[in-house]
Amino acid sequence: MYKNIIASSGLHFGIIILATLSWPFLSKKPIDLPPLISVELIQITDQTNIPYAPKAKKIIEKVKKEQEKLMSEQAPPKKIKKEKPKEVTKLDKKKEIVVENPKAVPKPDKNKEKIKELKEEAIPLPDKKTEVLKSKKETKQNPSKDKKLQKKIKKVQKNQKPNIEDTKVKQISEFEKKEIFDPTNIAALIDKSKEELGETKKKTNKITQSQDKNMEFSGLTLSEEDALKAQLFGCWSIPLGLPYNENLLVRIKLKLKPDGSVIKTEVLDHARMNKPGESFYKVLAESALRAIQLCQPLRVPTKGYERWKDLQLNFDAREMLGG
Amino acid sequence: MKKLYFLILSLFFIFPTKSFSLIEVDITRGNLNPLPVAVSSLFSNEQTYFDLKKELKINDLGLEISKVIENNLRQSGLFNPLSKDAFLQKPDIAHLKPRFEDWALIKAQALITGKVIFEDDKLRVEFRLWDVLAGKEMLALAFTTVSKNWRRVGHIITDKVYERLTGEKGYFDTRIIYVSEVGPKTQRIKKLAIMDQDGFNNKYLTLGNELVLTPRFSPTNQMVTYLSYFRNLPRVYLLDIETGIQEVVGDFPGMTFAPRFSPDGNKIIMSFAKDGNSDIYTMDIESRIQQRITNHPSIDTSPSYSPDGNNIAFNSDRSGYQQIYVMRRDGSKVKRISFGNGLYGTPVWSPRGDLIAFTKLHKGKFYIGVMRPDGKGERLLTENYYQEAPSWSPNGRVLIFYRETKTDDDGTGFSAKLWSIDLTGYNEKLIDTKTDASDPSWSSLLTN
Repeated sequence: MYKNIIASSGLHFGIIILATLSWPFLSKKPIDLPPLISVELIQITDQTNIPYAPKAKKIIEKVKKEQEKLMSEQAPPKKIKKEKPKEVTKLDKKKEIVVENPKAVPKPDKNKEKIKELKEEAIPLPDKKTEVLKSKKETKQNPSKDKKLQKKIKKVQKNQKPNIEDTKVKQISEFEKKEIFDPTNIAALIDKSKEELGETKKKTNKITQSQDKNMEFSGLTLSEEDALKAQLFGCWSIPLGLPYNENLLVRIKLKLKPDGSVIKTEVLDHARMNKPGESFYKVLAESALRAIQLCQPLRVPTKGYERWKDLQLNFDAREMLGG
Repeated sequence: MKKLYFLILSLFFIFPTKSFSLIEVDITRGNLNPLPVAVSSLFSNEQTYFDLKKELKINDLGLEISKVIENNLRQSGLFNPLSKDAFLQKPDIAHLKPRFEDWALIKAQALITGKVIFEDDKLRVEFRLWDVLAGKEMLALAFTTVSKNWRRVGHIITDKVYERLTGEKGYFDTRIIYVSEVGPKTQRIKKLAIMDQDGFNNKYLTLGNELVLTPRFSPTNQMVTYLSYFRNLPRVYLLDIETGIQEVVGDFPGMTFAPRFSPDGNKIIMSFAKDGNSDIYTMDIESRIQQRITNHPSIDTSPSYSPDGNNIAFNSDRSGYQQIYVMRRDGSKVKRISFGNGLYGTPVWSPRGDLIAFTKLHKGKFYIGVMRPDGKGERLLTENYYQEAPSWSPNGRVLIFYRETKTDDDGTGFSAKLWSIDLTGYNEKLIDTKTDASDPSWSSLLTN
């Protein structure tokens, strides 16, 4: 009795092993596709993973973690302030004037001086608040004596930590400014008028604010979205025979790997693929799928995988064909 | 216990997990570059190879058919057939099991493979269309025919591939009828000629004894209507290409010209001129009943039906200048649709119904253009010293016309050739004809 049970269970076990090992091999489809590897695509990824926003995000994280380092970076000018507080206040005023009235900018002749001024401008922006605080406190306490001044400076330094936290966003925008506009700013300083300078500064501030907002709420910044769009524009060969007065929108949901390669694609309106009278939709959907295959790995941000691991691409040919 | 549950539940609400809404990116632009396609030679085994070589005196029929397909795809402007030198896989293996990575490596997005079999004096051609990037088969068909039709098989395969990849019917298995011209301008010999759309299989239908003009294909069968100056009397004739029988259309006491078929092929619409006035008439081919459509003292000519047969576009000088008008099929509700500068003529309604092609003369230059049936959206596709007579491909994507160019500096010599242009206006191609050619007319698809 037991022998039979053991034999039966042994045979069953054997069949299960056979099924798991050999059957999937036997049932393999005749055409087994290995993943596509293209040298060019790899080159594209190297070039494209340099959008501004991921760097900005890196900086945010760095700012969070490396507050002390930032303190040390900001420290040197403040040490000078400690030694000559009166001069520091004067300088601060000048700086404020420089920012508001860039008359002082074109006066210097040598490029080095200009770069120095730029650096000076870059540093004081986040300190404005602290400096304003300084000046307010100074006015209250009548900063005539050196001891009093030193005490105030110490107080301000103590208060600097929370102040830095308050001004994080501004610091980030500064870093972005540096990255995006450093060369143009120098050019602007040399070539353009003061008014233009002021305008560029305003513009950069606007851009960074919107980028921050996008990062928090929509998932991709404008630059990230543009990079992805530009990549797909190049890959998507639109079938020209489509009826341009029909609904030519194909929505495809993607599941992505952290490197931007595609794990899974899903045509959301799949029912239309085989709908009578809408044969064009299948052609359009296939062209969109080809574009995704051709473009992968997609130009996605280097950070924030959780945000974009699921992505929906809306391929709309109406603008191209209907226009 | 209940408190514990409540606590756990409330924790879910207090500490929600971090989640992101699905990011959507709109892709509203793409490229209009020709799609890279690999057309592999069609494989044939040794027996077939030698049998076909003996039968057709062609070394490698599979290769020749693939060349026909390649040429068609290239001419369309929508595809870029890749050089066969770059192919890594041989035709026999490619047809059975393509290594997609090899084809992707040469940047092919679609692959055509096939096989040629010659059995019982019949040619059987199998072909498959593959999506290289998706790694799947898109289309698989087989055709059986007499071996002499091998070029047509190539055209039919192209039509199927074109339809599968672009979403609209092809136009490759078609023929073009035109007027072949030889001799000096004052003593021009004009013959009716017919050829495949790629310029091959050219045949003459008339001997050149009479002047022939404006041949037009029937949209439903292999009938042609044209104008012939038989015994110096210009009349509209009807010719059956298969049988060669021709006859005069209608019993009009004067000159009839500018004929064209109705969309169902049952009527011929044309102009009839008498006493310096010309109006538009129709004639039923079966019953021979004639019907007057316009009745105006101006010159009404070049009528063309809309594909549904309900409207007719024509040109008329009733406003003082030659312009394009649209009317109901019974001649009512005449409405002018061309309002641009210059003169407009030869309106031809697209088989898709969405556009009307025309010839425009403005400041000494001739243009081929299109406009919507309401006259809006006029687009000029090509301009030249002299060009006219546009005719639509059966899918309404390409126009064929003829263009005269000066061959001498003093302007005495000239050459007339057929050209095609697609609706984008960029893909302009010369159609090779042995002689000078004019007045082309595109047939409908020979196989549906």
